Amino acid sequence: MAVTADIPNNVKSRASFARQLHILLGLGLLVTCLFSLTTGPTGVSLLEVLPKLLSRTPLSKLEQVVLFDIRLPRLALGIAIGAALAVSGAVMQGLFRNPLADPGIVGVSSGAGLGAILAIVLGGLLPASFLAIFGQYLVAVSAFLGGWLSTIILYKVATRSGRTSIATMLLAGIAMGALAGAVSGIMTYIATDDQLRDMTFWGMGSLAGANWTKVMAAFPIILACLGTSFCLGRGLNAIALGEATAGHIGIRVQRMKNIAILCVAGATGASVAVSGGIGFIGIVAPHLLRLMSGPDHRTLLINSALLGAILLILADTISRQIVAPAELPIGIITAVLGAPIFLWILLRQRSVVDL
Amino acid sequence: MLNAQNIKVQIGKKDILHGVSITAKPGEVTAIVGHNGSGKTTLMRALTGDVSYTGTVTLNGRDLQTLSPEDQAEIRGVLPQASALSFPFQVIEVVEIGLRQANGTGTTARHALAQVGLSGYENRLYQELSGGEQQRVHLARVMAQVSAPIVDDAPRWLFLDEPVSALDIAHQLQVMDLARSFARSGGGVLAIMHDLNLTAFYADHMVLLSKGDLLAKGTPAEVMQDDILSQAYGCQLSVGVAPPPGTPFLLPQMAGI
Repeated sequence: MAVTADIPNNVKSRASFARQLHILLGLGLLVTCLFSLTTGPTGVSLLEVLPKLLSRTPLSKLEQVVLFDIRLPRLALGIAIGAALAVSGAVMQGLFRNPLADPGIVGVSSGAGLGAILAIVLGGLLPASFLAIFGQYLVAVSAFLGGWLSTIILYKVATRSGRTSIATMLLAGIAMGALAGAVSGIMTYIATDDQLRDMTFWGMGSLAGANWTKVMAAFPIILACLGTSFCLGRGLNAIALGEATAGHIGIRVQRMKNIAILCVAGATGASVAVSGGIGFIGIVAPHLLRLMSGPDHRTLLINSALLGAILLILADTISRQIVAPAELPIGIITAVLGAPIFLWILLRQRSVVDL
Repeated sequence: MLNAQNIKVQIGKKDILHGVSITAKPGEVTAIVGHNGSGKTTLMRALTGDVSYTGTVTLNGRDLQTLSPEDQAEIRGVLPQASALSFPFQVIEVVEIGLRQANGTGTTARHALAQVGLSGYENRLYQELSGGEQQRVHLARVMAQVSAPIVDDAPRWLFLDEPVSALDIAHQLQVMDLARSFARSGGGVLAIMHDLNLTAFYADHMVLLSKGDLLAKGTPAEVMQDDILSQAYGCQLSVGVAPPPGTPFLLPQMAGI
């Protein structure tokens, strides 16, 4: 595997630029959030609501519902999922030492989706007392387990003595996607109508069903995974030199790999559980950042979280506006924008990506 | 002091090393030589804790098994034969990967790069460098990792796995000079070598392996004898003596002459 990601011409003092990007992207995220909050088919505008909030004038029922029960949870979910997908992508790329690794492309998302579908269809078979307590976490936990299992299988299949074959990885991803699709297909036969409707929603990928329950289910898992991932920066940098050398530098490689895989599975699983399959954020955000400020994971991971959140919220805002008052599944928007970028990466790297 | 006693390594069902004992002293360059498959790299991998072995290895008086990966990384740096680096890191970033705590100004890394003659390369991309330059970047990385030949009166160690095999003669001399000056400043250097003439010129102590056993050890003058080397490599070899300072040198001989 000889992968050399695109080499930017101007590489001077990019470490400090990467740190400035924390602030720039943070501000960008703030602006994007305000823009998203104020955009929507109902015509409720933040510009009208803000003065009311500040002067403590009661909001109209419509404003209240649109802002606090629809747009705000959706925004919160968008930030969490955008960050989770982008960081999962960056961690996976670091772990596999390959800029094309992404949970959506190599089958981790389909594994997580299968976990979610199994929980939806077969979850009812579990004892009622169990469901009463853990019912609302069942889909998320099952998606996590599905994502975790597929990441481990992927790693075992594609990695031999510390070297990951990208061809094997992509092909294994195809196989696992096919298997997940087949099992999901079987589930459609035994699913009830209600369950079928829930399942269809996974395939599309959407933030439309956002509510505070989903936010509360996904947030703790995603926060824990992101926080842990941010500590992996030095280890992932070391892995870029190969696993043996990382060990000689003092990294506990096996432990770090296990933690990284758990983080990817947790963040991807939680995202898939609440929003279905949203692709390409995990490729596009880290790749753009590597072009801008280099591959140092100590800054890349945090910047990826911020840029991923920005991209997903923008995509969601587009998805709500483009065919208003109806809305397009966000997975379609990210695919339309992300797939050409993925092809562009392939084109630029064709000479150096050794399949 | 590096002390390895009765090292046995089995990989799968194959015995690679059958009880090899070696020592290496700080202040010296110790070379491990031997034919292909003699167990040089396996011995090095045992000493870096990369393969499981029986026997004991102590580094600066402490058993390797009791040293955490972090402690080992502080005492010794390992220069691999070849390093593939994914992602376009800058030279200074590569050197800083080896540091437990990178300081913001990068002075440690800059100093190490200056030592290997790569001042001014800090912001160049690793992938744009020649093979010789890349090898020197990694030498700077391991030297920055151990920080100095002696720290708190204890020697630091460089383990070099064929450090010059991919280099032209000028860079071979440059890298070996660096290794020797690290040793002269009180650090320890253990290097796997293929080129016996270079070994004779730079090593203070030689360890000759053959088929997983220790065949000979001592100074280059003691080890580099016609009969010993011919037996070790399974071919006719003849050792001469170069003009002052009298370093042994080797010429291959046609069989039967």
